[in-house]
Amino acid sequence: MSILIDQSTRLIVQGITGRDGNFHAQKMQSYGTRLVGGTSPGKGGSARLGVPVFNTVYDAVEATEANTSIIFVPAPYAADAIMEAADAGIRLIVCITEGIPTLDVVKAYRFVQMKQATLIGPNCPGLVSPGKCLVGISPAQIFMQGNVGVISRSGTLTYEVVYHLTRNGLGQSTTVGMGGDPVTGLYFNELLQMMEEDEQTDSIVMIGEIGGNAEELAAAYIKKHITKPVVAFIAGQTAPPGKQMGHAGAIISSGSGTAREKIAALEEAGVKVAREPSEIPSLLL
Amino acid sequence: MKIHEYQSKELFSSYGIPVGRQILCYTPSEAVSAYGKLGVLKVVLKAQVLTGGRGKAGGVKLAGNAEEVKRRAEDILSLTIKGFPVKKLIVTEAADIAAEYYVSYIIDRNSKSVILMMSREGGIDIETVARETPEKIHSFPIDPFIGLPDYLARRYAFLFFDSMEQVNALAGILQKLYRLFMEKDANLAEINPLVATSSGELLAVDAKMTFDDNARYRRPEIEALLELTKEEKTEIRAKEKGFSYVHMDGNIGCMVNGAGLAMSTMDMIKLYGGEPANFLDIGGSSKPEKVVDAMKLLLDKTQVQVVLINIFGGITRCDDVAIGLLEAFKKIETNIPIVVRLTGTNEEEGRRLLENTRFLVAESMSEATRMAVQTVKTNEKHSAS
Repeated sequence: MSILIDQSTRLIVQGITGRDGNFHAQKMQSYGTRLVGGTSPGKGGSARLGVPVFNTVYDAVEATEANTSIIFVPAPYAADAIMEAADAGIRLIVCITEGIPTLDVVKAYRFVQMKQATLIGPNCPGLVSPGKCLVGISPAQIFMQGNVGVISRSGTLTYEVVYHLTRNGLGQSTTVGMGGDPVTGLYFNELLQMMEEDEQTDSIVMIGEIGGNAEELAAAYIKKHITKPVVAFIAGQTAPPGKQMGHAGAIISSGSGTAREKIAALEEAGVKVAREPSEIPSLLL
Repeated sequence: MKIHEYQSKELFSSYGIPVGRQILCYTPSEAVSAYGKLGVLKVVLKAQVLTGGRGKAGGVKLAGNAEEVKRRAEDILSLTIKGFPVKKLIVTEAADIAAEYYVSYIIDRNSKSVILMMSREGGIDIETVARETPEKIHSFPIDPFIGLPDYLARRYAFLFFDSMEQVNALAGILQKLYRLFMEKDANLAEINPLVATSSGELLAVDAKMTFDDNARYRRPEIEALLELTKEEKTEIRAKEKGFSYVHMDGNIGCMVNGAGLAMSTMDMIKLYGGEPANFLDIGGSSKPEKVVDAMKLLLDKTQVQVVLINIFGGITRCDDVAIGLLEAFKKIETNIPIVVRLTGTNEEEGRRLLENTRFLVAESMSEATRMAVQTVKTNEKHSAS
């Protein structure tokens, strides 16, 4: 099984003619992801990587029956790109772009909700169902097909964790990078539920960090609804309050959102919390 | 991004939200003449610093004559509040307070929307209210496509008041504050307290606003209001080069690709008994020029005794990262020990390239951290003997 993406994914790249869009489109295609087209306003009618480029997402969906889109559009225009995808009938929208004004994301998220589509990101590395499909910017070669579901707020930290999993013979069902912004699409609880229902997934790794209270909410959710074993890691135990640690969402405000609170809540819910990333595989076994 | 109370009040005022008269002063004698200009008996002097807890620190004082104004101003201007020296204050009319309320807009991560928060418990620390008596705080998510039409503003205003005059006044304030919040890309707009005077008028007696970093590019008018500390300036310079940098007080400099991994690297340093000198995320790639810039940033600080470079080679393979590091360090003059930990694609090749060079090469994060912490301890022993 796996969640959200698999062999039935038909992907378009919004911003396929840009440097990053083009580079990663090629990587995804060579992984075996079914890339069916791309968009770039004004460049409709041309082709990149053997697939057609369209002016609008509407044209792309009509011609290619795309159901998934990945967005590499620059920050000032990215929220608009999310809304275009949702309005054109794309079901799963993955936004890689970093630095989108938060209020733009609030609006785009609400719009995606109204269109009953699903948003991942922004400011995320995307997702991978190893052996089947890669939609994102993750380095393909570190993943291995298997039964661990990975849900994360981070990028390279996820790679680090996946790398340890793979080296220890623990393959992954689906790995999802949710994004490091304060407001993003799918989050821990929705993804935990999907992993719980997914037949391929036997256990779950969640990688959280300081800021907000999503990990605390996830802990409560796990206690109530999740039967599969969950192992967690929380980054930012040494982060000073009031400082934004790289991710716009990673900030401890007025004493809340600390790593200590998150770890306590997770442990209280029966989740094993790793002290360092390399400890995760042994906690899963 | 924070601004001062007086700046927030100026923004409020430009959106038609009632605030008391205020005069900004830098010296006690300016405060005395401000007192004269206001022409009222009682005034409040308020320190203008970019941090909370001014009241507790003695930064807000009442005064009832010129002599008192002078003395209070002297006291306030000699304060340092949470590391921020007080350089200016405002003199405002003391409001004739009948009741105090709390009103704010914030971006809520969980509902993924802007929410309006209101409480009849104004004038005190709202986080305490939220913790101890959460039922006293009302919060309403705002649909970005609907905003705050009259009927909603009125509905919320009825929570505080019965008199239609006050309901309409509050509804107007709620709508104006929402418009200000949206049009300036704020992530907080707070009135605490919103005061009802004994004659029934509403007045924002305090004002607090913070803004979204991601929207800086389209809000030059807010950018112009910012007063950055030296550390914030360094952080912004770093950002312009594609880095995220946060200053810390330790002596182990770190350079990492990716924010989550960078945070974990700091955590590991602490876990192994060391102190990180900074948080530094150099972003996805690790090109030589980037490494050179990042090293300059780290070596700018005299307390850095060792640098820990932790790179996950994903899209950029480890052997390329190693070549890049060797290239970069031809242009960097320093004797500081550099521990490098490379993991990911082609890691063995990468590490082999760095063997027998100026770098101390580690395989795992734990090993690298241990090496860095050890280096500092050895240094300290040397300087002690």
